[in-house]
Amino acid sequence: MYQPDFTDILLNVDLLARGAWITIALWAIAFAFGLAVGLGLGLVRSSGNRWLSLPAAAYVEVFRNTPVLVQLVWFYYAFPVLTGWQMSGFTAAALGLALNTSAYCAEIYRGGIASIARGQWEAGRALGMGWARLMRRIILPQAVRRMIPAFTNRGIELGKMTAIASVIAVHELMYEARLLSSQTFRPLEVFTVIAVIYFIVIYPGTLLSYRIEARMARRS
Amino acid sequence: MTEAPLLRTEALVKRFGDLTVLDGIDLAVQPGERIAILGSSGSGKSTLLRCLNFMELPTAGRVHFHGAPVGTAGSRGEVRYRERDLADLRRRIGMVFQQFNLFPHMTALENVMEGPRTVLGQPRAAAEAAARAELARVGLADRGDAYPARLSGGQQQRVAIARALAMQPEVLLFDEPTSSLDPELVGEVLRVIRALAEEGRTMLLVTHELGFAYHFATRVLFLHDGRILEDGPPERILKTPREERLQQFLARFTEFGF
Amino acid sequence: MEYQWDFSVVARHLPLLLEGLAQTLRLSLAAIAGGLAIGLVLALMRLSGRRWLAWPAIAVIEFFRATPPLVHLFWVFYALPILIGVNLSPFAAAMLALSVQSGAFFAEVYRAGIVSVERGQWEGARAIGMRPAQVMRRVVLPLALRRMVPPFVERAFELVKTTALAATLAYGELLYQAMVAVSRSYRPLEIYSAVAVIFFLVLFGASLVMRRIEDRLRRVER
Ligand SMILES: Nc1ncnc2c1ncn2[C@@H]1O[C@H](COP(=O)(O)OP(=O)(O)O)[C@@H](O)[C@H]1O
Ligand SMILES: [Mg+2]
Repeated sequence: MYQPDFTDILLNVDLLARGAWITIALWAIAFAFGLAVGLGLGLVRSSGNRWLSLPAAAYVEVFRNTPVLVQLVWFYYAFPVLTGWQMSGFTAAALGLALNTSAYCAEIYRGGIASIARGQWEAGRALGMGWARLMRRIILPQAVRRMIPAFTNRGIELGKMTAIASVIAVHELMYEARLLSSQTFRPLEVFTVIAVIYFIVIYPGTLLSYRIEARMARRS
Repeated sequence: MTEAPLLRTEALVKRFGDLTVLDGIDLAVQPGERIAILGSSGSGKSTLLRCLNFMELPTAGRVHFHGAPVGTAGSRGEVRYRERDLADLRRRIGMVFQQFNLFPHMTALENVMEGPRTVLGQPRAAAEAAARAELARVGLADRGDAYPARLSGGQQQRVAIARALAMQPEVLLFDEPTSSLDPELVGEVLRVIRALAEEGRTMLLVTHELGFAYHFATRVLFLHDGRILEDGPPERILKTPREERLQQFLARFTEFGF
Repeated sequence: MEYQWDFSVVARHLPLLLEGLAQTLRLSLAAIAGGLAIGLVLALMRLSGRRWLAWPAIAVIEFFRATPPLVHLFWVFYALPILIGVNLSPFAAAMLALSVQSGAFFAEVYRAGIVSVERGQWEGARAIGMRPAQVMRRVVLPLALRRMVPPFVERAFELVKTTALAATLAYGELLYQAMVAVSRSYRPLEIYSAVAVIFFLVLFGASLVMRRIEDRLRRVER
C-alpha cells in the first residue's frame, strides 16, 4: 500500500503560493485585455461595415479554431522569429491568452448586441441618436447584462487555460507543480494538491455563474 | 393656406427588393394639420411614416422639410443622405411606436430625459424639470421612478409619448399607438393624443380607431398598395367614401357592429 | 534583415505532421466516444432521483469542469499509476483523462437536453395513450437528441483542441510532431504556423459542415 507523504509540499508551500500569484496575474491581465479588445472587435462585427467586419471575423475564427496551446507555443517560439522581439514566457502567455479571450469575448459581445430588439434601435434613432451614442447609451447597457453569464463562463475557461502557460516556462502554479513533482518524486501528492487548489480557486466562479443564471431565469 | 408645408413628399417610392411598398406618394403636411392614415395591413402606412423621418431611406423621390429638400442630389439623379443630417432631422420629428420601445434599463423619467440630455445636450436639472413636466402632461407625474416593466401597456405608451414630446418636436408621428394595448387601456392613450391635438400640434397618426380618427383628424388619408387612394376631410372620407376599396375597408369595421 | 521564409521545411516535414494529425484525430475520436459514454452514465446518475447516485455524479461533473485539463492529464499519467500499480501509455493516459473531462461536460448536455423537452410533449403523448417508456423512446429522446446535437458538436470541437495538450506527455499528436520537426529544422515560424493552419482547416472546415447539418436538423423541428 502506497504511503502518501505531503511534507515536501508543505516545505515548498511558498513556491506554490508564488506560482498561484503568477497564475492570478496572468488571468487578470488576459481577462481585462480580452474584454476590452473583444469589445472593439464585437462592435466592429456589429457595425454592418463589411470591410471592417470581415477581418474581425477572420481573427475571431482563427483563435477559436486552433488549440490555445498551439497559440502560446506560436507566440513564444515563432512570433519572435518574425519580429525579432524575444518575449518572456509570461509576456507570450499573457498575449496569447489575451488574444484568445478577446476572440471569444468578441462573439459574446456580437451575440449580445444582436439579441437586442430592433425597436430599441428604432427608438434611439427616432430621438436623433447616432450609431455610437445609441450603442453606448441604449444597446450596450442592455446587452452587457445579458452577456454576464457568458463572460463569467469565459473567466472560468481562462482560469483553466492559464495552466497551459507552464508549457512555455511561465512559473505559474502548474509549472511549480511540475517542478516539484519531478524534484520530489511525489507526483500523486503534488498533482492531487494542485488539482484541489485549482478547484478551490475556480469553483467559486462556477457557483457565481449558477447564481447569476438562476437570477436571470427568474427575471425573464 | 399661404405657409410652406412643414413636410412634403414628392413622388416618394420605397421598394424592398422587388416589392414596391410606396408607389409615388405626394403629400404635403401643413403646420397644425392632424392627418389620420388608414389602410389595411401591408398597405404601406408604417413605411410612409418611417420615410418621413428617414428610419427608411426612400428608393426614389424626395422629402422636403420646411421647404428644403432633404439630402443632396448626385449627378445621376440619385439622392445621397448623410446620417448626421438625418439624425438632426429626426430630433425635430417625434415618433411613437406600436410596441412603445421604451428603454427597459431606464426609469420612466430617464427615458424621457434621455433625448434632451444626450442628443440636445441640455443640463441635467433643466432636462429633468422638463421631463417631469412632460410626464405630468401624460398623467404620469407620480410614476417617474418606475421601470417600464413595472408599468401597464397604456402607461408605457404614455411615457413613450412624453419621451417624444420632450424633444419639442415640430411634428409627431404615431404608428398605431394603441394597436398592442388591451382594449380597456386604449382610452387613456387616446385621451393624451386628443389633448395634444387640442394644443394645435402637427401630427400624423396611423390608426384603426375609426371613431377617434373621425373626431381627431383634420384630414384623412386612405392608403392602398402604396398609393394614396383618398385624401380629404374626415366627414367626407369616412361618411361618403368614393373608392370601392375604401368602402370595403370601412365595411369590415362595421361587420360585427351592434 | 528581412526574414527569409522557407516553406520547403514544411513540405519536408509534412509526412510527420500528417502522421501527427492522424494521431490527433485518433485520440479525439477515442476521447469523444469515451466522453459520450461517461457523460451518459453521469447524466443518468444525476437524473436518477437517488441521492447516493446523483451526488457522486455531481461531484465528478463539478470537479472536472472547474479544474484544468492539463492537470487531469498529468494526474492520470504520473499519479494514477502509483495508485493502480500499472503504467499508462501516453495515449491511454490522455484518452482516459480527456474522456472523463469531456464526459463531465457531455453529462450536462445530456441532462439539459432531456430536461428541455417541455411538459406539453409528455402530456400530449400521454393524452393519446402512450405508456411512459413509449413516450421516452418515441417523443422525448428524439426531440432531446436533436437539441443536444449543437452543444455536443461544440464540446467535441473543444475536445479536439484540448488533445493538443497530449503533446506534453510526448504523445505523438500534431503539436508534438511539430516540436520534433522544429528541433530538427530550427524553423519554428514555418512549422508552428503550419500546425495552426492545419488545425484551423480541420476545425473550421468541420464546423462549416456541422453548421449545415444543424440547420437541417433545426428545420425538421419546425
Ligand atoms: N424592412 C422591410 N423589409 C422588407 N419588407 C418590408 C420591410 N418593412 C416593410 N416591408 C413590407 O412592406 C409592406 C408594407 O409594410 P408596412 O408599411 O409595415 O405596412 P402597414 O404598416 O400598412 O401594415 C409589407 O408587405 C411588409 O412586409
Ligand atoms: Mg404598420
